[in-house]
Amino acid sequence: MNVAAPRPLTSLGELAARPRDTTGVDAPVKIEVDRLSFFYGQKRALHDISIRIRRNLVTAFIGPSGCGKSTFLRTLNRMNDIIPGTRVEGSIRIDSVDIYGPDVDVVQLRRRVGMVFQKSNPFPKSIFENVAYGLRINGMAADASELAGRVEESLRQAALWDEVKDRLHESALALSGGQQQRLCIARALAVRPEILLMDEPASALDPIATQRIEELVYDLKQSYTIVIVTHNMQQAARVSDYTAFFWLGRLVEFDRTDKIFTAPAETLTEDYVTGRFG
Amino acid sequence: MNVAAFRPPRRIQRRFEPLIERALFLCAVLSIGTTIGIVVVLTIETGAFFREVPIVEFLTGTEWTPLFAVPRFGVLPLVAGTLLVTLIAMAVALPMGLLSAIYLSEYAGSRVRRIVKPVLEVLAGVPTVVYGYFALLFVTPLLQRVVPAMAGFNALSPGIVMGIMILPLVSSLAEDAMRGVPRGLREASYALGATRMQTSLRVVVPAAFSGITAAFILAVSRAIGETMIVAIAAGQQPRLTLDPTVPVETMTAYIVQVSLGDTPQGTLEYRTIFAVGMLLFIGTFGLNLVSTWLRERYREAYA
Amino acid sequence: MNLVADTLGEARAGGRTIAWRRAADAAFQTVALLVLLAALACLGALIRDIVVDGAGRLSWDFVTGYPSRRASQAGIWPALWGSVFIILVTAVLAVPVGVAAAIYLEEYGGRSLPARIIELNITNLAAVPSIVYGLLGLGLFVRTLGMGRSVLAGASTLALLVLPVVILSTREALRAVPGSLREASYALGATKWQTIRHQVLPVAAPGILTGLILALSRAVGETAPLIITGAVTFATFAPDSIWSPFTVLPIQIFNWVSRPQADFHANAAAGILVLVLLLLSMNAIAVWLRDRYSQRGTA
Repeated sequence: MNVAAPRPLTSLGELAARPRDTTGVDAPVKIEVDRLSFFYGQKRALHDISIRIRRNLVTAFIGPSGCGKSTFLRTLNRMNDIIPGTRVEGSIRIDSVDIYGPDVDVVQLRRRVGMVFQKSNPFPKSIFENVAYGLRINGMAADASELAGRVEESLRQAALWDEVKDRLHESALALSGGQQQRLCIARALAVRPEILLMDEPASALDPIATQRIEELVYDLKQSYTIVIVTHNMQQAARVSDYTAFFWLGRLVEFDRTDKIFTAPAETLTEDYVTGRFG
Repeated sequence: MNVAAFRPPRRIQRRFEPLIERALFLCAVLSIGTTIGIVVVLTIETGAFFREVPIVEFLTGTEWTPLFAVPRFGVLPLVAGTLLVTLIAMAVALPMGLLSAIYLSEYAGSRVRRIVKPVLEVLAGVPTVVYGYFALLFVTPLLQRVVPAMAGFNALSPGIVMGIMILPLVSSLAEDAMRGVPRGLREASYALGATRMQTSLRVVVPAAFSGITAAFILAVSRAIGETMIVAIAAGQQPRLTLDPTVPVETMTAYIVQVSLGDTPQGTLEYRTIFAVGMLLFIGTFGLNLVSTWLRERYREAYA
Repeated sequence: MNLVADTLGEARAGGRTIAWRRAADAAFQTVALLVLLAALACLGALIRDIVVDGAGRLSWDFVTGYPSRRASQAGIWPALWGSVFIILVTAVLAVPVGVAAAIYLEEYGGRSLPARIIELNITNLAAVPSIVYGLLGLGLFVRTLGMGRSVLAGASTLALLVLPVVILSTREALRAVPGSLREASYALGATKWQTIRHQVLPVAAPGILTGLILALSRAVGETAPLIITGAVTFATFAPDSIWSPFTVLPIQIFNWVSRPQADFHANAAAGILVLVLLLLSMNAIAVWLRDRYSQRGTA
């Protein structure tokens, strides 16, 4: 297995010195969230969140457990619709279209906004069928050879092709945890989303597998807008261009990553990133 | 490999999906149709029956001779037969079932459980004709050796066999009820120095009382509705009696008896089976409702 | 803290000593164990009785022969074929409707009022005595819909009888499918029906099949509903279409048991053995099907 040496972070100063995307501030806005509140029945889980997520950049959501970052992530592709009794106030616009509007087709939305889950959940099918499923149900391949081509393309994008190309028709469940998660990423990429939502994608993985996922995220942002939820601050610092800090269902601070980790504006943010609570 | 097979164009799909949901819904609603069907069929024929036979005579008369020259339509002998057999069955099934449940829930190790559980499952799965055979040709002769006055057809033999058949039902439902009792209650009792028997009888069983009662009621309902064991072994002589050694006829056995014969449609005799059937349905349905209500209430208490 | 003195004091005061309580506990355990042994013994006696009475009569001629007035020449073929045939027809009627209803209740219905009413209704129907279903079949299928005393009428009655059980067991199987599978499918832009058809059902299939076969094996043992809807008790022919009259194994057994001659009782016992073999085969098929279709994750 060919693994590049990991890049440990020894100080926040080193973080500040790393080359950063300076074009970010001019990048167009992909997702505009305006005063979003979310309710589980009577209980309010998110309070008036407003945030602008920019195209082709990685935005990280950080915060302690239970602060609402996963719930917020799931509002972006309306996955919370599956849970009965939930309600949304405010608006979320993707490319200026309110995704909670009456004319919006949720099924199409979810193709355009892909999701990778915390615990990898490959289908109990073969590796090939896992990636092909999204293509089939969305009618995205005209024939068998196009299908196979798209499957290969997605597996390459997820840096998994070399490891599985000889056993595409074996069960996906036989793969290691890290490989399964990369398979889930390939599966999500196959349907050519514009946005990729990742809910703590590496939290169940060992450090080497985690690093491969992080490298993948760094490469993918060229083609996709990525939002990644993580409870691991160092990961957020390594991987993201912008970081949003959540606490108790509220957005406390949102800014470029290096600023959040070196000179945050809010005391609460500073306390969290320096480990005073968490 | 037809890749398009998974998905027609989105336009068509959007109209197609609600149709699927509608079709599935209709299948689910069919079950309501069954209940309506039962009620309607029973009501129509019973209504026609009561136009000729006063309902008071039916419910309070003590002679059931619908095929005689001077027919009598008092259903009480049939009811008595059913209740007598049920009583005997419950005398077997309830205590034994409860004891079995207590043992399995509070005492049994995995070895015992591995033997007992399958045995109980098999007992519950034996077809009722087989039990009928057993009652008539094995249990009755056995009883006759003990009690010489025992007739070839009687209530005791099918009652006992029915009890054994229902025992697994009581055992498993009561065991479920007892397993629902939180462990904390048991631990509190043990911590005070109680033995397992004391904890079982004084803490667990009372705590699971609604669930156990629900199990008992369901067992009674099952016994009342049971047909083949009594059709084979209890006899065909309607008799208002509590004597377990003589032939009796239950409501269910009467319906079978008439069905085996050549009663033409539309006659009064034909309608008697619906009238008896209606009584049976109301009785068991009522018992089932009470049992379900008790089980719901019990579940709320320990949710 | 003087434990010995306390115990003695208790005994003098008439309370329960620990020795008494231990003895009661042991006695209780013994009684309970005896009860279980009694149940086991009854099963043993039942099996032994049937085998002793019937094994001698069991032969190829018996299985393929036709009923006769003479006990020693009677065979069980029409009843055997009748049982198999009617179960197949019942399956064709009950399985699609039952599985569809379960899918609706589990995947679409949720906690809505119609779904809750239907659920309550099904729970009640599962406990209605089978003889009442027979009366329903008689009034509706045999008379009103004019099917007469045919396989179709009997199978329709049995289908209604097993429907609640099929629905309940299918729901269990659907419920066992992990939610993460459904979520992953939705996240790719799949509709609800696509998710059910391509992800949920394949995973739930073994459980559904097992439940179906168990429900059908209960139907094989049903006697009363078929007597009422007009299965004959002395059949000299095996049914050849869904409109034919027919008989089934339990009814044939019932017929033989009801005769006074001991020879017919032996036939009944042999018939029971055939019935048991049929049930065991069905259960074996259930296990085989479940193993074969267990998701091993291949395409």
